[in-house]
Amino acid sequence: MSKDQVFFDEMFAKGVDPRNPYQSIHEWVSSEDPKALTKKAEEAEIFFRRTGITFNVYGDDAATERLIPFDIVPRVLAAREFSKLAEGIEQRVQALNAFLHDIYHRQEILKAGVVPTSLVANNIAFEPKMIGFTPPGNIYTHIVGVDIVRTGEDDFFVLEDNARTPSGVSYMLENRETMLQMFPELFSSNRVRAVSDYPERLLKSLRASKPLKCEDKPVVAVLTPGIYNSAYFEHSFIAEQMGAELVEGHDLQIIDGRVAMRTTQGYKAIDVLYRRIDDEYLDPLNFNPDSMLGVPGIFDVYRSGGITIANAPGTGIADDKALYSYMPEIVEFYTGRKAILKNVETYRCSEADSLKYVLENLEDLVVKEVHGSGGYGMLVGPAASKKEISAFRKKLEANPDNYIAQPTLSLSTVPILTKKGLAPRHVDLRPFVLVSPKKIDIVPGGLTRVALKKGSLVVNSSQGGGTKDTWVLRD
Amino acid sequence: MLGKTAGGLFWMFRYLERSENTARILDAGFRIALTRAATSEDEWSSVLTTSGMRETYLLHYDKFDADSVINFMLRDKKNPSSVIVVSEAARNNARLVRTALTREVWEAVNENWINLNDALSRPVRQKELPAVLGLIRQQSALVRGALHGTMLRNDIFDFARLGTFLERADNTARILDVKYHVLLPSVSLVGSSLDNVQWETILRSVSALNSFKSISGGELTPREIADFLILDKRVPRSLGFCVGKIATNLDYLAKDYGLELPCHTRVGTLKGALAEITIDNIIEDGLHEFLGDFITKITELGQQIEVDYRFTN
Repeated sequence: MSKDQVFFDEMFAKGVDPRNPYQSIHEWVSSEDPKALTKKAEEAEIFFRRTGITFNVYGDDAATERLIPFDIVPRVLAAREFSKLAEGIEQRVQALNAFLHDIYHRQEILKAGVVPTSLVANNIAFEPKMIGFTPPGNIYTHIVGVDIVRTGEDDFFVLEDNARTPSGVSYMLENRETMLQMFPELFSSNRVRAVSDYPERLLKSLRASKPLKCEDKPVVAVLTPGIYNSAYFEHSFIAEQMGAELVEGHDLQIIDGRVAMRTTQGYKAIDVLYRRIDDEYLDPLNFNPDSMLGVPGIFDVYRSGGITIANAPGTGIADDKALYSYMPEIVEFYTGRKAILKNVETYRCSEADSLKYVLENLEDLVVKEVHGSGGYGMLVGPAASKKEISAFRKKLEANPDNYIAQPTLSLSTVPILTKKGLAPRHVDLRPFVLVSPKKIDIVPGGLTRVALKKGSLVVNSSQGGGTKDTWVLRD
Repeated sequence: MLGKTAGGLFWMFRYLERSENTARILDAGFRIALTRAATSEDEWSSVLTTSGMRETYLLHYDKFDADSVINFMLRDKKNPSSVIVVSEAARNNARLVRTALTREVWEAVNENWINLNDALSRPVRQKELPAVLGLIRQQSALVRGALHGTMLRNDIFDFARLGTFLERADNTARILDVKYHVLLPSVSLVGSSLDNVQWETILRSVSALNSFKSISGGELTPREIADFLILDKRVPRSLGFCVGKIATNLDYLAKDYGLELPCHTRVGTLKGALAEITIDNIIEDGLHEFLGDFITKITELGQQIEVDYRFTN
């Protein structure tokens, strides 16, 4: 891949005139005094700090809270672009849930030889305790974040599926709130679809997946590991916005076959638990016995229909990076149609031919851990030094099954505001999807992550990425 | 509401009240020290006694000079009651109970922490002290304003108020207890101007000097001051006022939840006792004994509330 290739810029395409969806934003930026805009950008930061929209960085001092940098130039998607994306996402999410049900029941996809049995049987994300159990409403992934990248006018790819506990939705909401406060005039001159009702939609969606034993209006709670977790702000934000309680493991007890929270008036049963802790910490009796974060016995309550856990335990098998490469086949297997959204070409290092190719082309590839997330433990070949590549080569050779590799994508760019004016930076997109027995609900917006460093392709906030408000325009 | 949330609200507002009280006590101590250089060591020592931190202080320092005491009380992380530690504790509790707070209250507490951290990042020099203390009082007024202006009057509000008034009652009682000797009638007979300054300090520590003057016609007698700060229900920092508020908020909770608990019996007894007693009885039986007994009872009441409303497991 050539280093000086031209990237698709979402504002200017490859020319100098702004593309249609960006015309009004371009006019706005061009007509404003750059200094005034820079000042506004600083105000945004103060706003975020005052509101306490922070995340904790692992590995740092426990008390460290950082802001995710926010860029004030919105990322804009035309109605047509988004509806096409939404169609593809809906199909994919449908397939993910069908796959999960199948894999924990009859395993027809394995019998048909579409996905190799070994990939599931030997996978730590596969949860044997879920075998034969159907969660309330047959929904496994109540909340999904599908990471999308773009390389051209009509070229969208799914980079990964986040089917466990996708985060970032609070930034989507706060970014919009910030823009509305700072630049209200932009919203009267552009027809931007609202995202602010996400919390109500989430609550409705969660309630629609109520468990068997729930007879009344379902009580929803959000389970957090606590105030030192990197995403605590988001946990509290979501709970607050839904009007739900934010609980920790030590607030909960099993009483009369239900999971109940300790309130000022005694214990009160929870019907739907939106948990923001990983499977293994959920229940020390059934999973990791050392966990202090979960609720002993919650899994037994779950199996007896006493509670809905969102997302269901064991959904990690569906967003596993090794399985990702089979997604086009998985989608076709369950929906009977070709996948609308394309996958990024993926080399499975567990296969000898692929491994050979990957080892020969490390400097051009992105290599990821199968179970990794957050941009940790990955190699970005074109940006890595010789030393880093050779160190990574050793890790890869020692444990090839643990890795997949993808070509470095020519991620599209959207301009950010720099001291020298607009400058293109690479972006991705995480739309948020709500799944209930009633419907698949896709929020018209999402979280745009942007690599702030010139030329960088890594957008993760833990690696110096920022965010942008994401606009989906009305027809 | 979660028991944990009730506890978080209660402690968040105790800490905020404590931070404000520390600023007041320092302010009063600073004035005395300025006016009477010869005995300023005693005054600084009594500032530490009032906040219950004299022993902790002596682990790290050997004399009571203005700079050491000021910085110990404001910004020393070794002092669990220093303003910087307490404002962080208040904010951590606010994070814990964020779902129960309005955006305005959360932002006010968060800003309180950001601004105080900033102001206290370097040692505070004496000439900066008035401005820093002013900032502390102003920030806590902002939190209170946000609370009153934006929060629903429900159980969340009640637990916040309970924390505020328990801390405040405890504080006023301690201020009086440290200074009780100057309020004793036998000493007051001396009637020296030195005592006048001490009385003023007490009133300043509870921001009540001018209110007292307007009520009493300017006459500073020990009996009047004690009556004013213990029994007068018009004074927002008097023991009687605070206990009355605690009783009211507990009463709201009882009605709201339809449940009377042991803490209601306790507060009823305490309130009844304060209603019957006169300032002359108190002075006759011993002011120090009365205050010691009050501090014990208010502490027990706090513990009972924690149990009754399941703050912890």
